[in-house]
Amino acid sequence: MNWSWETFFDALPLVASGLGITIGLTIASYLFALIFGFVWVFLRRIPFKPISWTVTWIMEFIRSTPPLVQLFFIYFAWPVVPYVGMTLDPFTSAVLGLGLHFSTYIGEVYRSGIEGVDKGQWEASTALNYSLYDKWTKIILPQAVPPTIPMLGNYLIILFKEVPLASTIGVVGILHMAQSYGSQYWAYLEPLTIVGILFLILSYPSAILISKLEKRMNRRFDKKAALSSTQKGTVV
Amino acid sequence: MFLQSLRKPDWVSFPSKYKGVIKINVIAEVFPDLMRGLGVTVSVLIASAFFGYLMAFIAGLCRLSNNIVLRKFTGFYIEVFRGTSLIVQLFWLYYAVPMLFGIELGSNWWIGVIAIALNYGAYMSEIVRGSILAVAKGQTEAATALNMSSFQRMRLIILPQAVRMMLPEFGNYLIQMLKATSLVYLIGLNDIFYYGNILRSNDLSMAPTVYLLVLLFYFILALPLIFLVRKAESISKKGVAS
Amino acid sequence: MTEPIVEFKDIHKSFGDVKVLKGIDLNIKPAEKIAVIGPSGSGKTTIIRMLMTLEVPTSGDIIVDGVNLWKMEKNGKMVKANEKHLREVRGDIGMVFQHFNLFPHMTILENCMTAPIHVKKEDKEEARERSIQMLEKVGLGDKLDNYPNQLSGGQKQRVAMARALVMRPKIMLFDEVTSALDPELVGEVLEVIRDIAKEGEMAMVLVTHEMDFALDVADKVLFLDEGVIAEEGTASEVIEHSKNERLQSFLHRFRS
Repeated sequence: MNWSWETFFDALPLVASGLGITIGLTIASYLFALIFGFVWVFLRRIPFKPISWTVTWIMEFIRSTPPLVQLFFIYFAWPVVPYVGMTLDPFTSAVLGLGLHFSTYIGEVYRSGIEGVDKGQWEASTALNYSLYDKWTKIILPQAVPPTIPMLGNYLIILFKEVPLASTIGVVGILHMAQSYGSQYWAYLEPLTIVGILFLILSYPSAILISKLEKRMNRRFDKKAALSSTQKGTVV
Repeated sequence: MFLQSLRKPDWVSFPSKYKGVIKINVIAEVFPDLMRGLGVTVSVLIASAFFGYLMAFIAGLCRLSNNIVLRKFTGFYIEVFRGTSLIVQLFWLYYAVPMLFGIELGSNWWIGVIAIALNYGAYMSEIVRGSILAVAKGQTEAATALNMSSFQRMRLIILPQAVRMMLPEFGNYLIQMLKATSLVYLIGLNDIFYYGNILRSNDLSMAPTVYLLVLLFYFILALPLIFLVRKAESISKKGVAS
Repeated sequence: MTEPIVEFKDIHKSFGDVKVLKGIDLNIKPAEKIAVIGPSGSGKTTIIRMLMTLEVPTSGDIIVDGVNLWKMEKNGKMVKANEKHLREVRGDIGMVFQHFNLFPHMTILENCMTAPIHVKKEDKEEARERSIQMLEKVGLGDKLDNYPNQLSGGQKQRVAMARALVMRPKIMLFDEVTSALDPELVGEVLEVIRDIAKEGEMAMVLVTHEMDFALDVADKVLFLDEGVIAEEGTASEVIEHSKNERLQSFLHRFRS
């Protein structure tokens, strides 16, 4: 065992100083994903098959390829793409890369929320002669959004755990700090352990909070599902 | 909003001469190089999937054990690996474990496999546990009425049904594991991504073509898995073998 | 007098604070057919579930063929039975459930074969043959390779009975086996039970709401009310000539 508390407390302030960047990047990419998720939903709802089909496959492409490679693409390759390319700093690259990757998941969450709204609600709002805008803002979204909140919360935690990927393109969050401490003093054990502990401290309570929220939401919005689960005693 | 912060960091300088046309014939040049990394990517994926599923079953069943020590210990493993990042775990195994115990974990290939398997094993153990619990209570009762032992009930009645429920999620996690294999480049394995980065550092103007091609490689590997998931979903909905 | 095959001795059962059974004494003789009737929540089902080892009695003894079901001797003391003991004692008991509980991942033939092969270690071919015979007997010889979800409720329940019978139990328990069925499917299931009952060698305990059927098949009828056996006797004594008021009002609801 080569554990040194001295190194631990020596590295702690430095590693912890990256916390602001790590959390800031989490929030920024999450906001980006939340907004861009809507873009996917609306693009997919375009009632023209080739477009919605293409959008579906682009989403599938982004979702099933590594976010790490996507980060490298945006950071290294985007600047040399002709005409539209521009140089982005590491933080912005990470916001775009992680935000875009997660927006495809968020888009699916929105979609499931919208599809979860009973078909009769659309018909009722049409029958009441609501405008398209009112239909969405007054009837559909107020019902579609709340059930998705726990899922959105889950993705926030997952995103938080993907954020240290950004250290590979030079975003100086906690992992980057730990690595630079490690390479400077050739002591990786303690700083990396600190990183692990910090992640655990932040994500574990959030996960518990969200599972509580989920249970409450299920009670409120999914009475039908709750009913069917009480009948689960029978299969065949 | 973020666009306002777009600026060229002073420590990164891309010579402007690289701003040129993407050369299509670059693809022919790049492709064989990337192919050299395919073996590592695929072998890491297969091995970590194998050990990941194994871990998922072991941990999932331990979580359902009557032994409280076993249950708590497994719970601790799951929370630690789900609560921290894969990349942190990977670096921890790579840099920290040798320092902590003075041992090497074997090759970097094994470190990558172990990290991915332990991480996704922890996530998937919850699926194993949930699926077993989701098998209706009446099934256990019917098996008891036929005088089966608890081991027979698990093997003949509960697991075959639970596994069907697990399939779609297991498939989804296989795609996640494929994405995760790109991290092994960071501990010095020569996978697809590694060769892509070599090409990029040789000639930055090739970067867009190279990375797009790398992404395409991963997507082509993921495609059969995507269809597998859809197939698994339909099997799982039926509840019986087709 | 023949020796009883099952004895309940002062059985109590509580779920949390709710006392479901408050002292049940009951003898089941070999080949005896017993119908258990009573309002829902009276603990009818709990009685047979304890015999099947699906529920642990809070106090009292259940003796099966002279052996205590829920207790066993260890170092000269009686302790709670372990899984091994339960398996040895419950081998002669079979059960059919309200919700069938067929195994959805197996064909109906496999549903019947699995226990003889794995529990009784029977030869595979022999188990197969007997299973087919039994399925033919319940009128499903043409459905051997179907999966349970391809059958009607009545057919499922008949498979469930064949599955239990293949194990050659000495005692069969029927837990409201027609309650989950559509009315038009009840007849075919009762018909099979009647056939089994006529063969005569097996003891049967039927928890049921089918009064006419109970009258027809049962040697003995128990009326369970508020956790105790309130009336006990032959079918005609209990169902047709009892003076018990609560029994009368209970029966009235079924006769109207």
